[in-house]
Amino acid sequence: MAELFSLQQIVNGLQLGSIYALIALGYTMVYGIVRLINFAHGDFYMIGAYAAYAAFFLFNAYIAPGNVLVFIVLIVAMLVGAAVAMLSNKFAYKPLRYKPKLSSLVTAIGVSMFIEYFFSAFPPIGPSPRGFPEVLPKVMWTMGSAQVSNYVVIDLVVAAALMTGLTLLVQKSPLGRAMRAVSQDKDAAKLMGINVEGIISFTFLIGGAFAGAAGLLAGLTYPRIMPYMGILPGLKAFIAAVLGGIGNIPGAMLGAYIMGIAETTANAYNSLLGEGIAFVILILVLLVRPTGILGEKTADKI
Amino acid sequence: MKSYVLSAAVAAILAGTFLSCGKKSNEIIIGGVAPVTGEAATFGASTKNAFDLAIEEWNGKGGIDGKKLKLAFADDKGDPAEGATVFTKLIQQDKAVAILGPVMSKVALAGAPIAQAASIPMMASTATNPKVTLVGDYIFRACFIDPFQGTVGAKFALEDLKTKKAACIFDVGNDYTKGLSEFFKAKYTALGGEVVAFEGHATGTTDFKAQLTKIIAAKPEILYVSDYYNDAALIAKQARELGFKGPMVGGDGWDSPKLTEIGGAAIEGSFFTNHYAADDTRPIVQEFVKKYKTKFGAEPDALAVLAYDGAYLMFDAIKRAGKLDGPSIKAALTATDMAVVSGQVKFDSDRNPVKSAVIVEVKNGKFVYRATVNP
Repeated sequence: MAELFSLQQIVNGLQLGSIYALIALGYTMVYGIVRLINFAHGDFYMIGAYAAYAAFFLFNAYIAPGNVLVFIVLIVAMLVGAAVAMLSNKFAYKPLRYKPKLSSLVTAIGVSMFIEYFFSAFPPIGPSPRGFPEVLPKVMWTMGSAQVSNYVVIDLVVAAALMTGLTLLVQKSPLGRAMRAVSQDKDAAKLMGINVEGIISFTFLIGGAFAGAAGLLAGLTYPRIMPYMGILPGLKAFIAAVLGGIGNIPGAMLGAYIMGIAETTANAYNSLLGEGIAFVILILVLLVRPTGILGEKTADKI
Repeated sequence: MKSYVLSAAVAAILAGTFLSCGKKSNEIIIGGVAPVTGEAATFGASTKNAFDLAIEEWNGKGGIDGKKLKLAFADDKGDPAEGATVFTKLIQQDKAVAILGPVMSKVALAGAPIAQAASIPMMASTATNPKVTLVGDYIFRACFIDPFQGTVGAKFALEDLKTKKAACIFDVGNDYTKGLSEFFKAKYTALGGEVVAFEGHATGTTDFKAQLTKIIAAKPEILYVSDYYNDAALIAKQARELGFKGPMVGGDGWDSPKLTEIGGAAIEGSFFTNHYAADDTRPIVQEFVKKYKTKFGAEPDALAVLAYDGAYLMFDAIKRAGKLDGPSIKAALTATDMAVVSGQVKFDSDRNPVKSAVIVEVKNGKFVYRATVNP
């Protein structure tokens, strides 16, 4: 039992939680604004990982592996993630905006499958897994009983920085105020002169960029990428968003870290039951608080 | 008039029968089944190459008792239903005296009952599922089965690597990896070692850190990773990151260039059990590799080796039987004791080969022959 809450396991959980958090934010923001569960979100994460992979080989010719290269690769992954998210909004979700909710939901599943199958059929990508390169040399430190690498630091710092940025943007900027207004009441927001479609598009952009960043972090931490890599983390991040209270930004972050630590702890406790235990915890939490930990009471969830 | 036509027809049919009998008496028809199209097409191609090579060699030496061997080949497309159809065709239409193949367990399980019912001996080359040969006493295989690899891995870890404490990690949703780890644990413990951690992980996960942290805390000297190359490489990377320094040992699921491509330095100095190693110095191996390369322009993979061995075991049995009926060939197969490329083969009571496995080391990003371990 002693090693169950060892420093190393907490580090492992936080690392996993950081990746879930970045994905979960996209789910929760899109849901908050347009009440859509965007099941293709996990695939934006996968695209981010591939974009980072391509960017590494593109820029590695000029820049040696190191922090600068990580930064460039991060920007590329975020840009590509954002672009794909905006495009799927424009072509798949926008035409169905005022149609029944179920149509958008089914379309989201369609977009997800399209991206996955397209990537595995597209020859330069293909279905077989690839090793993710070491974008910067790995440095390891021993901190008490834990082994910590600079990759762990990057995961935690990037996630924390992006989440802080997002919180400031949403809470303090006029754009953030407009986002909150649209999420509360689209029609009223429109009457106030807010470009509702622009805000929705911007929300997809942020969500996609965060998923792209998560893709890079996952590539660094778990260095194997493949076209179907987004399914499981996407699903878990979605659950994390629901756990925290879907539509609620701090809730998604909290839910993701709880999810990461629960998963790690459950595997450390009994790996044969493994994630089953983590999901039992989640069900129990939702039984007590059906709207999620920080979720507000609303009538129409999916 | 009618009776005249009828008797003419009967005469023609009889003549035809005699003619074809006459033709057949100089030939022995061997059925061959492999998926040359479909999901396992590359496996099928290597297997068919190996059948062709084996037949060519035996015919070059004069065939069996002056009769030439002839391969009646059928594509099972990796599909059990198709497998059942081609088994029936090979036995009833082509009159095959024995069947080589198929490659995949699921197809073998569909074909084996047909061969068994017709009393036609069958030699599955790479179907590793233990159930295949349990279909009946006419069903043999050329590859060792999954449990054996775990046993060999344990023996190697204890005796060659001289370790006393091991840990296992495997996929809880995959019988192959789970089976390997379970048999590793049983053998390692039986030989006096201690398995200090036995951890599973969910299928499709990329994060193995929780399990590895627990494993490393238990201080094993070696880590048995029974996963396929894909997960094994990722496990190796994360294990190194968490501070594991010892070697890792795995099974034939590691046999892919992707292992080193993804695993990089983390997988260096690790070992896996396999059916054969291309750089094994035994003359029989080197001769086979050379012949295969000359004929097909590629290094033979384990599938080619096992298909080739399977063909040799079957032909040897037919020769020793001296007759072409199923029961005689089956009896001769049971009594097999023959050196083939993948080792010295005898069959146990479940018609699985009892033979050695090779240990392959990952060295400078390449797979290098390290040792042969006898059962």
